[in-house]
Amino acid sequence: MATTTTRPPAGVPTRRKPVGRAVVRYVLLVLLAALFISPLVYMVVTSFKTRGEAAGFPPTWVPTPPTTAAYESILNAPGTPVLRWFANSLMAATANAALVVATSTLAGFALARMRFRGRGVVFGVVVATLFVPPVILIIPNYLIVGQLAWLNTLLAIIVPTAASAFGVFFMRQFFVGLPGELEEAARLDGANQWQTFYKVALPLARPALATLALLSFLTNWNDFLWPVYVLFSPEIQTLPAGLSTLQTANAVRYDLLMAGAVIASIPVLAMYVFLQRYIIEGVSRSGLKG
Amino acid sequence: MTTAVAPPRSEEGLREGSRRGIPSHGKATPWLFLAPYLVLFLAFVAAPVVLGAWISLHRWDYTLPNKPFVGLDNYVRLFDTSSITAAQFWDAMQATGIFTVFSVPFLLTVPLGVALVMNMRFKGRNFFRAVYFAPYVLGVAVVAVLWRYLLDNNIGLVNYYLGLLGLPDSTPWLTSSPAVWVSLVGVTVWWTLGFNAVIYLAALQDIPGELYEAARVDGANARQQFRNVTLPGLRPVLGFITTITIIASANMFGQSYLMTQGGPGRQTRTAIYQIAETGLRNYQMGTAAAMSYILTAGLMVLSIVVFWLFRERKG
Repeated sequence: MATTTTRPPAGVPTRRKPVGRAVVRYVLLVLLAALFISPLVYMVVTSFKTRGEAAGFPPTWVPTPPTTAAYESILNAPGTPVLRWFANSLMAATANAALVVATSTLAGFALARMRFRGRGVVFGVVVATLFVPPVILIIPNYLIVGQLAWLNTLLAIIVPTAASAFGVFFMRQFFVGLPGELEEAARLDGANQWQTFYKVALPLARPALATLALLSFLTNWNDFLWPVYVLFSPEIQTLPAGLSTLQTANAVRYDLLMAGAVIASIPVLAMYVFLQRYIIEGVSRSGLKG
Repeated sequence: MTTAVAPPRSEEGLREGSRRGIPSHGKATPWLFLAPYLVLFLAFVAAPVVLGAWISLHRWDYTLPNKPFVGLDNYVRLFDTSSITAAQFWDAMQATGIFTVFSVPFLLTVPLGVALVMNMRFKGRNFFRAVYFAPYVLGVAVVAVLWRYLLDNNIGLVNYYLGLLGLPDSTPWLTSSPAVWVSLVGVTVWWTLGFNAVIYLAALQDIPGELYEAARVDGANARQQFRNVTLPGLRPVLGFITTITIIASANMFGQSYLMTQGGPGRQTRTAIYQIAETGLRNYQMGTAAAMSYILTAGLMVLSIVVFWLFRERKG
């Protein structure tokens, strides 16, 4: 399935392919991989160092002695309630992902499988919204969220970003790809539009739903600018915004900062390790059929 | 929200039939499906775009009761070179411009190179792809906090290893210019390389193998195949990636907020940083809204140029 620019198609003998080239390629790939993995390893390693070792020179790759002091310190500091941030991030990202998936799936289904006046306009607006720079929304949305009395609450980071043009586009592309016999069969069984959607299309869409849910969760979990400005109280921060607070409070306490960064990374890295296929496929599909 | 769906109308369904398998439905049904999204869209995308323009025409201080209409004053002041507000804004626009100009070429070419290699068949391909993509899932806060440590000029890994290689080992990566730009661009490439590479890779895999086959039969070498098959095949996706990469770079915030705090001086304080600080810290929302409209107008012009450059050429 994969086409290459330099290798002959399968079946053609690769007689004169030098082995050396494959070796060079692997060496480069491994070096590049090291460049990507080693900073993450160093982050984890440093989070288990003592304060002195984390700030010491030359840098060390094995904490001696390893200690969980950094974790204990940030988990117990009153100004930086990391566990609370963790819970906030988890709640916000989950609620946001659920909202994105629900609204995008319904809208995407209508745009893909129903014919009505105004469909082209709505779809055009959705696509155009994909290219609206977020900067234009910051100031007015702050006022709107303020009017709703959502400032300094998790609702401020759950609801506004759930208006996901990407989600609608993504689900629409998925539903467009389903065969036309789908509704035919459902209707012969006496299903109405809602039942067709709910009982036939939705089960088929499970992988797409999972992908969209994951991407929305990740985006919300990692969102930075908006939470920094709309959440003020220490106990209402999300982890990324909290990391900023942590850094302000402990500018050069890299042991604490790395422990905080590890805590903020664990859920997303775990999701990535186990559900990598969905995440990468979701991103790769986002650029197609535009 | 999920209960608000019109009942089916069977007669209408029979009358209209279903061309291409699309069954008929009540007039309201599509709108009921769209409603939840449209409510969010109107409240948090459409209304803000209009409200932002309205705010930009007022002296809108969040903390003051009166928000007098001032017409285009906010815009005029941003183009008045003698005002401090204007000077700071254009410095920030310049920072955004520098970052965009230096980051976008790398963000377009390096991931393409990685994608071309990943598109070959070899053992462990999926593993490497997963590794290169990994930083992207971490988010900007973790990435920036981590790299601030790695780039620390006294105890950071970067200077340490540069020293071991016999290179200058005391560059203040986060507090001196132009080194600070190298840091911001480098970290951004490290962070988002995998994202663009994955999009490229999907597009590469969509190019039909027969095209390469035909090119080889015509005696095209690897370079000619790249020029005549790969690049044209990538054109639609190139336009898309270029546009979203420019928008992303022009909205760079977290890296400079966390790694350099806008420094040295205010050199790396980007436009969006300045807008957020002006509007949401100093509550000069009219000015900030005007700034965001100027930045957006610039980006729209740029997007149109990109769109035009990558348009489908006939013939």
